Amino acid sequence: MRSSSGPPEGRPTVLSVRQAVKRYGGLTAVDGVSFDVGKGEIFGLIGPNGAGKTTMFDLVAGSVAPSAGQILLNGVDVSGEAAHRRIARGLGRTFQIPKPFPELSLLENVLLARQDQTGERLFMNFLAPGRVRAEEAAARDKAMDLLDFLLLKRLAHEPARVLSGGQRKLLELARVMMADPAVILLDEPAAGVNATLLEVIIDRIRAINERGVTFLLIEHNIDMVSRLCNRVLVMASGQPLCEGTPEEVSRDPRVIEAYLGGA
Amino acid sequence: MEFLAYGAFFLTTALIFSLITLGLNLQWGLTGLFNVGLAGFVAIGAYTSAILTTPDDAARIGGFDLPILLGWLAAMIVAGAVAAVIGAATLRLRSDYLAITTFGVAVVVQLVALNAQGLTGGPFGVGFIPRPFGSLAENPIVFNFANLAIVAVVTLVFFLALEHLARSPWGRVLKALREDEKAAASLGKSARAYRIQAFALGGAIMGLAGAVQAHFIGFIAPENYLPTLTFQVWTMLIVGGSGSNRGAVLGSVLVWAIWVGSGAAVSALVPTDQQARAAALQIVSIGVMLCVILLVRPMGILGGTPKRKAPAEPAAGRP
Repeated sequence: MRSSSGPPEGRPTVLSVRQAVKRYGGLTAVDGVSFDVGKGEIFGLIGPNGAGKTTMFDLVAGSVAPSAGQILLNGVDVSGEAAHRRIARGLGRTFQIPKPFPELSLLENVLLARQDQTGERLFMNFLAPGRVRAEEAAARDKAMDLLDFLLLKRLAHEPARVLSGGQRKLLELARVMMADPAVILLDEPAAGVNATLLEVIIDRIRAINERGVTFLLIEHNIDMVSRLCNRVLVMASGQPLCEGTPEEVSRDPRVIEAYLGGA
Repeated sequence: MEFLAYGAFFLTTALIFSLITLGLNLQWGLTGLFNVGLAGFVAIGAYTSAILTTPDDAARIGGFDLPILLGWLAAMIVAGAVAAVIGAATLRLRSDYLAITTFGVAVVVQLVALNAQGLTGGPFGVGFIPRPFGSLAENPIVFNFANLAIVAVVTLVFFLALEHLARSPWGRVLKALREDEKAAASLGKSARAYRIQAFALGGAIMGLAGAVQAHFIGFIAPENYLPTLTFQVWTMLIVGGSGSNRGAVLGSVLVWAIWVGSGAAVSALVPTDQQARAAALQIVSIGVMLCVILLVRPMGILGGTPKRKAPAEPAAGRP
């Protein structure tokens, strides 16, 4: 493997993966992967099928625990923490197959993502109803702005089940933005999205990134990766293959071999 | 006049049932927790309040002669605490395991009530439970309406509180967890913590209902808390419409009317020597009602949105 380049100078590291290993019985899905993502980067994770990208993603998202190695968020080791604690650490995620709450309205979907809501504590709804109402009103304004930003405002009061596949991806972006995350993990945002909507998604990811949000992107769509990412890590057979800018890795013969067969 | 007194009596009982059904609606309708042992929580509440508020009795422990309101508060706390412990132990398991566990707990509670004679009076139960308006008992109409008023106020308070919660951010999290637990976790919601809260609060409301009923009748015994009670309350919720608090109240009144009506029909139409057997027809009548509702209105009379919908229409509108 070529020397790991690390985040460009002047960018503090927000997400750091150190020698992550995940074994399932005899199979090692992720085998000693390390990378650092700097603040404001869009970092891509690519590789052929079976390379271990999804497992790597699950490790960072906290839905599976690593067999060895560490995941650090802003310098804090979160490897052993449950998935539901990640967002309070500033790490949000979307799903490859979007998971909206189908019977809740788009607005409710987005409102759910707000962190530290007084009204989510059972008894505070009776002890401090005024505070709950005020927070809710402010959250509602913010959620409507986000829905507007992601072109879903006029569907705000519809149940999420009416959305198309691509719109669901937009809703997930709005939802995760509501939590003000420092880092967003995107699991194949281009999968199953028509070309027009894909342009919208790319445009919005860029706009969010310009607000200072860091992205870790897993994607099959090489075109999307090379347009968005400033750095890319290529994985094959659970191991890191090479790391660099999209142009660098696409010229690397090992990457071409990994994608076009051979072993 | 007698009819009025009976009407008040009927509504009082029906409203106590609706309190239990409201607790079940929080657990099942809103959170999706399958509690088939609710009779156990009702029993815990009833016995807790009875033991605390009855006058001293040499035959058993307890009889602390405490005020009724204190007994009701304790009933909620104890039933809620038991529910919290059961929830903490089992809610990580899938819903069918929770069902088996709650059923087992209800059987255990009932057997303890039957056999722990030194605490619960065993098969003879607990008598002389103080009644809120005991001094009015000579005048049945006034007495029944006073009882109805107090039960109606308690039910209304919890109805409004539960409506408030269902619309609150807390209720929103419960709905989200019911729809997609993994997505909710990605937004920072701990399924376990919220489910335990909902299960405990539902259990506490059931316990309170048990206590209110105990003080209304003045006597409790283990056979009040058989699985039949669980079946009745589930029917009430399904008939009224799972997920709807109004439905829970409406279903309770309707099913109780069918229960009482079929009981009256049996005693009027069946010869005396066969009546004990014919009493089973009451359960049959409720079962028939359940079937009819499931065929005609599967979501219940005031039921909310169906759990499963046809696959989503592609693109209701493009951005």
